[in-house]
Amino acid sequence: MLSYKAIYVIVLREFKRFFRQKGRLITTIARPLIWLIIVGSGFVHLIDVESGANYIQFILPGIIGMTILFTSVFSTISVVWDREFGFLREMLVAPVSRVTIVIGKLISGTALSVFQGALLLVVAPIVGLEIGVADILLMLFFMTLVALAITSLGLFVASFLTSLEGFNVIMNFIVLPMFFLSGALYPVDNLPEAIKFLSFINPLCYGVDAFKHVLLPGGGNLSAELPLYVDIFFVLTFSIVMTFLSALVFEKRK
Amino acid sequence: MNVIEVEQLVKSYNSVKAVDGVTFNVTEGETFGFLGPNGAGKTSTINILCTLLGFDSGNAQVNGYDCVKESLKVRSSIGLVFQEVTLDNELTAHENLKFHCYMYNMSKRLANERIDEILEVVGLEDKRSTAVKKFSGGMKRRLEIARGLLHRPKVLFLDEPTLGLDPQTRSNVWEFISTLKGSLGTTVFMTTHYMDEAEVCDRIAIIDAGKIIACESPGSLKSSLRGDTVYIKTSDDGRACVELHEKFNLSARKIGSGLSIIVEAGEKFIPKIFESLETPVLSVSMKRPSLEDVFINLTGKEIREAQPAAQRSPRR
Repeated sequence: MLSYKAIYVIVLREFKRFFRQKGRLITTIARPLIWLIIVGSGFVHLIDVESGANYIQFILPGIIGMTILFTSVFSTISVVWDREFGFLREMLVAPVSRVTIVIGKLISGTALSVFQGALLLVVAPIVGLEIGVADILLMLFFMTLVALAITSLGLFVASFLTSLEGFNVIMNFIVLPMFFLSGALYPVDNLPEAIKFLSFINPLCYGVDAFKHVLLPGGGNLSAELPLYVDIFFVLTFSIVMTFLSALVFEKRK
Repeated sequence: MNVIEVEQLVKSYNSVKAVDGVTFNVTEGETFGFLGPNGAGKTSTINILCTLLGFDSGNAQVNGYDCVKESLKVRSSIGLVFQEVTLDNELTAHENLKFHCYMYNMSKRLANERIDEILEVVGLEDKRSTAVKKFSGGMKRRLEIARGLLHRPKVLFLDEPTLGLDPQTRSNVWEFISTLKGSLGTTVFMTTHYMDEAEVCDRIAIIDAGKIIACESPGSLKSSLRGDTVYIKTSDDGRACVELHEKFNLSARKIGSGLSIIVEAGEKFIPKIFESLETPVLSVSMKRPSLEDVFINLTGKEIREAQPAAQRSPRR
């Protein structure tokens, strides 16, 4: 039983908060550009490419993945934030089901991430990647899947936490490894076997791989590493399971 | 008609009973108060009635709905003002109220109508587009009470509605609540540990260590004391106590660093103390019966002394 009006107003609130917190807005726009410019141009001459994408082009899908990762995770911080500042109670005493609240938070986290990721597509032509309308639509679709997967994971974790401090600790142990094991900065294939398996349970790894399919179609040693259908299947399954779990946890934890 | 019915309610945290077999009813239109020290079980009871907290045994009904089985129906028929501020600071007054209306499934038109109306009632109509973070403590409280009334609840729950406010703002908030009550006829269930606030209630339940130890109107609670309270401080309270018993047949209670004695006419009794008592008297004061005295009489301690025991309900 869902209340659409409640979902609408929860999403509306998150968007208003996002655009009013200027610092957050600036950080989320500046961070990917800093990575692209500084890390990208620093490594571009160090890394040999036989053919296909160069290093700056290579990290664009990864940086889009990173932006989605950070935006999604930090949008779920709002659950902890709301709990700490009491606003969560205003939602919990409203006559709507817990699932309604979870879905509102999922939609807002996902939408904000996709919005951020989409802004970065503007960079693609600047670094010399050709993207057409079909590519943009495909990217929007994949970004939505990835954002949903990460937001639902973040929501699941956040629903256990009662303090912002705890959130920061846990998220640093999840977010940074997820980013470094996603294939965003180097191909996953280069990782030692012992930690490679971690990449294979990392939804961001599949997400970034899907982005590479769209943005780096040229082949070469820096192109996508997995079949596209595997990427879609994993991310989709992961989102569904996590959404279900976070709804369940929210329901149980009154 | 009973708006709230609670029967033998029990709620434990680990092995501590925060609510220990509480039974009471609140009738329609009544202002009912829960008076007790921090950790007495007030907030746990209110959380149970608002369906935010489960309980171990007993029965709780609000507006005829079961607090466990029909939690959504309970929630849509009650309004709530919490101890702590639960507004979104980043949003404006109007946006906070709009959020509430939509959560309670109101149409846009109805929401705007009600918001305009209630902002005027609470005197914040010129602050509608101001971010809540710029509000003072009193303004936030007024906005929260306004929000609690937007969906026209049958019962308004106020959990320590004036906690952390300065005395003047406190009395403004109370004036405001009683005006609202007069015009809307809402049943009010409130908790407080301020005695003067409890005076506005039609009936008060005094709660201590999870149990209701008295439940009556403020008037009859006070008349149960039958007299004025005289507080004296002496150089030797033990001896003074014995003397009072021998000479006046009065039993004094030791309260803090002095003695309290209940007598029928305090102003006539005070001169007699100086005449008869051999123990040097350091200071004397007298009070007409107040709820504070009722509380002391019932629990043997001052409400501020009564420190929160381990059963303080954990933050959610």
